[in-house]
Amino acid sequence: MTTTVNTNSLGDAETTPKDDPLEIAGGATAKYVDQRLGSNRFLGRNLGKVFPDHWSFMLGEIALYSFIVVLLTGTYLTLFYKPSMVEVLYDGSYVPLKGVMMSEAYASTLDISFEVRGGLLIRQMHHWSALIFVAAIAVHMFRVFFTGAFRKPREFNWIVGVALTALALGAGFTGYSLPDDLLSGTGLQIIRGILQSIPLVGTWAAFLVFGGEFPGTDIISRLYAAHILLIPGIILALITVHLMMVWTQKHTQFPGPGRTNDNVVGYPLLPVYMAKAGGFFFIVFGIIALIGGLVTVNPIWIFGPYTPDQVSAGTQPDWYIGWLDGALRLMPNIETVLFGFTISWNVLVPSVIIPGILFTGLALYPFLEAWATGDKREHNLLDRPRNAPVRTGIGVMAIVFYGILWIGGGNDIVATTFNMSINAISWTLRVLLIVAPPLAFIITKRICLGLQRKDRDKLLHGYESGRVLRLPHGEFIEVHQPLNYKELAVIQGKEDIAVLPAPEKADADGVKNKLYPIHNLQHKLSSFFLRDNVQKPSKAEIEAGQAHVAHTSELEAPLHDYEELDQDPVGHGGVLHHPGMAMTNQEQIDQRH
Amino acid sequence: MKFLSARRRNPLVALFLLVAALGMTGVGYSVISSAKPAEAAMGSQTQVEDGKKLYLEGCSSCHGLDAQGTMNGPTLLGVGAASVHFQVATGRMPLAAPGAQAVAKDPIYDVEQIAAMSAYIASLAPGPAIPTAEDLSYEGADQAKGGELFRINCAQCHQAAGQGGALTQGKYAPSLMEATPQEIYEAMVTGPQSMPVFSNETLPIEQKQEITAYIMGLQEAPSPGGLSLGRLGPVVEGLFMWVAVFAALIAAAVWIGIKAR
Repeated sequence: MTTTVNTNSLGDAETTPKDDPLEIAGGATAKYVDQRLGSNRFLGRNLGKVFPDHWSFMLGEIALYSFIVVLLTGTYLTLFYKPSMVEVLYDGSYVPLKGVMMSEAYASTLDISFEVRGGLLIRQMHHWSALIFVAAIAVHMFRVFFTGAFRKPREFNWIVGVALTALALGAGFTGYSLPDDLLSGTGLQIIRGILQSIPLVGTWAAFLVFGGEFPGTDIISRLYAAHILLIPGIILALITVHLMMVWTQKHTQFPGPGRTNDNVVGYPLLPVYMAKAGGFFFIVFGIIALIGGLVTVNPIWIFGPYTPDQVSAGTQPDWYIGWLDGALRLMPNIETVLFGFTISWNVLVPSVIIPGILFTGLALYPFLEAWATGDKREHNLLDRPRNAPVRTGIGVMAIVFYGILWIGGGNDIVATTFNMSINAISWTLRVLLIVAPPLAFIITKRICLGLQRKDRDKLLHGYESGRVLRLPHGEFIEVHQPLNYKELAVIQGKEDIAVLPAPEKADADGVKNKLYPIHNLQHKLSSFFLRDNVQKPSKAEIEAGQAHVAHTSELEAPLHDYEELDQDPVGHGGVLHHPGMAMTNQEQIDQRH
Repeated sequence: MKFLSARRRNPLVALFLLVAALGMTGVGYSVISSAKPAEAAMGSQTQVEDGKKLYLEGCSSCHGLDAQGTMNGPTLLGVGAASVHFQVATGRMPLAAPGAQAVAKDPIYDVEQIAAMSAYIASLAPGPAIPTAEDLSYEGADQAKGGELFRINCAQCHQAAGQGGALTQGKYAPSLMEATPQEIYEAMVTGPQSMPVFSNETLPIEQKQEITAYIMGLQEAPSPGGLSLGRLGPVVEGLFMWVAVFAALIAAAVWIGIKAR
């Protein structure tokens, strides 16, 4: 661990007087606080903490900052929002709804939009930043997944991240339902249907959640409690845990010059990351404020108040629930009756079973991969996605699966926008949902392996300089040049893991291996994960390759010496053969040695 | 009279008469054409004959020589003048190409020709007439009530903001953002394509006017929240967030990341 801030320089301002009055004042303040809190030791140790640098490490920051904006704007909204389903007569300034009966929740949201000063701006910022929050979590998760940052010792933090993702979806959906407009009410109706589809307890679960028949009079205030207290409270707590784990376990880094599994190369928190993170916070805040002021989101006044007998065409959830809506839309209509109970597979599978499998698989993935590859080592250096082709393939496969469900969620908008038949779209997506993910896996894996071969080639032969050389006897070669030290370090950062050996059915003494099937499965999985990897070249191979690179570079070298030899101007990569020059390249080289 | 007879040979008289005649023709024409809906319902004999001629040329190949319908087109007996006006004035008929449903385009016939065709079809069998100006007047109609009626009767297909929506097998409910009050009324009483009929018995004229007032309000409504994104709902919002906003955030992250090197 490298730190650049010296602990002493913070506390002892008096013993090392400086000319700068600011530093003197700062030192005095630090001393004043330290005498009361004893904080200097802690700050001195931590403010200099080093973090590695890469743009993709800031994706999680986008999530954090948009969450802060959500909290701030949400607090403002609670000052005016009324979580009540009591029917009132609207008498505000929005004429097309004047005199309409609606719930107090909807009326107060209209008032926030049209009567409260700055209300619409804050509401729109709240909604946009919530959309960005979930998006940032998703992209941050991609980064962590594809670089293998979830590996030992960070498996628990991955699980915390998965929990945060699920909570973010919950926070988003409860918030979407609060205005009690036609869209959100329809969404709640679907949630009720999903609850009811759960075998045995479904009907009672729905009654429990809604406090009786739909829509009842309780659901809005219950969602409100979850939305402003319970869920954000847990999210805040988990974010704290998430960040503390990053702090104590230290941030992972990409392979590069001087970076090993046991150090962290980067910049200290103070001043570099304080400035960067602070600046980035204001960029995120600024972009959200700009969008909130300029672009409409969720114009609830157009949709009208919710009544259970009404529904609008083009009713969609926010983007992060869209994939579940899509799963519901694509699922064929299958129901079975068992002992007089109807099991609605058409709702149960897409909205309970599929998300259940996906989230469980997501949470368990670090353990599954470690078991399958037999890799129990600590990893503080990240994988480049190409160096773990099966993992990268699985990730892309999941994204493609998700993406197809996502498109399915907007199948009606796709149909009207592109003048297509909604039935044709749904059937195409149904087929694609099964065919496309495996294809995506295969294609991704091939691309990764191709990139690995390219890397191996670069280690052996250097990079292709693009300069073609004609040798005296007429042969054309392309000059390869050695890699620079940065690229070399990045490529050599790849770790080769061996496939687990095949287990014996019985040992030498003929004792049967009782765990044979399990060990054999593990062996097969590890082979699936690792067998196609392109091994890094051995030291001898690299040396031989380097010699070859040096050789071709040398062949080219005499070109640059022409001027010394006979003052004849020669352009870059130009004529090799020259009238009046009998010597071959080899002779020139020999002569110089 | 002396004043007039003394000046009747003045060279300016010819010019004055010309201007007056042109003016009267213009004013007269505009009065007649604006009163057309009322007029067309009756349909004079010449109009019917003109309409028949146009019908035989342009429509009979699908709808049959006597409008009885063929394999390629439904009968037009009893569809009424309103239906003809709606289909032809919105360019849906004549059909440009076979498809899931007729697509609205620029109308091929002019106002008089459409009136003649409507009159001809109306003369064959009784059907919904073209609405009068009085039927269409939605001034003073209650927009809010219209909104409720719209959400109960129309929003399932036309979407709460009137942007249209998808139906099965490539059919769709069109956007109402370009519709005129007359087209809205005629669509309700005739039920074109997949649309159900909302006759004056089930949906009284006053309610039709309220709905019209609401739709006209939607057409003219400003967007208080800024850019409206087509009022298509969360799909477009999500797309905008990913393509524009999130791209900007990542660009900012990359920018900050690059500066460090």
